[in-house]
Amino acid sequence: MRYLVSLGLLLITFWLVLSGHYTVLLTSLGAASVALVLWIASRMSVADHEMVPLRITHRMPLYALWLTKEVFRSAAQVSIRVLRGPQSLNPGLRPVRHGQTSSMGETILANSITLTPGTLSVRVDAEHIDVHSVDEAFIDELETGRFAARVRQLDTGA
Amino acid sequence: MTLFADALSWMLLLGGGMFCVISGIGLLRMPDLFTRSHAAGVTDTVGASMILFGLLLQAPDWTVAVRLVLIIGFLILTSPTASHALAQAALGDGYKPLLGSMKPTAGATKARS
Repeated sequence: MRYLVSLGLLLITFWLVLSGHYTVLLTSLGAASVALVLWIASRMSVADHEMVPLRITHRMPLYALWLTKEVFRSAAQVSIRVLRGPQSLNPGLRPVRHGQTSSMGETILANSITLTPGTLSVRVDAEHIDVHSVDEAFIDELETGRFAARVRQLDTGA
Repeated sequence: MTLFADALSWMLLLGGGMFCVISGIGLLRMPDLFTRSHAAGVTDTVGASMILFGLLLQAPDWTVAVRLVLIIGFLILTSPTASHALAQAALGDGYKPLLGSMKPTAGATKARS
């Protein structure tokens, strides 16, 4: 129920902000669409902690900031390799232990790895994420577990 | 204040443009699908976000600003999903990534698929 209410508030805000027209017709159309989406979501039982991650929302900004820093650092390193040409590459593909306790943690970590230029998650299993990288050094860095620990902190708060 | 915002905005736009160009060069220069997708990732993340943040500083009112922020958010949520799907499909189809050093001296061990 809590998740459906949050989802409803989010959708209402979304409609109001994006529409920008506050006539009776458009506002009631918005209300009807929100109601329809909520009805479908409750029938499908998809409004849960994964769809509306309330538990981790307050830790999200700090993580986003840290991830932005990582993305910029990797983008610079990948750009240097692009400019130096293919000879500067040392691609690797190997499994890295992810150490996450929930499927949401796994998903966030795998997508964050993909989002960071130079590394790409190709497969996830119970304990590992197979990572492809333009340079083995990127995977070595992931293996230190610094990235995984950040995501675990975001996911569990510990 | 507007001068400062304009200067910052132009720095972001030019920086983002530069990353997009480098990423484009990467798409042409990289040897296989996986390494190319890393090059494309630079546009997806840094290039697009810097340009959109640069535009954000030029936004005439808050409705435009909110839309720009949402575009950044959706790009950041969807681009890794697409890259992952592409890479997994390629691997599943039996496409072998080039691995190991690409230095000409190691050329003998380079395996082409």
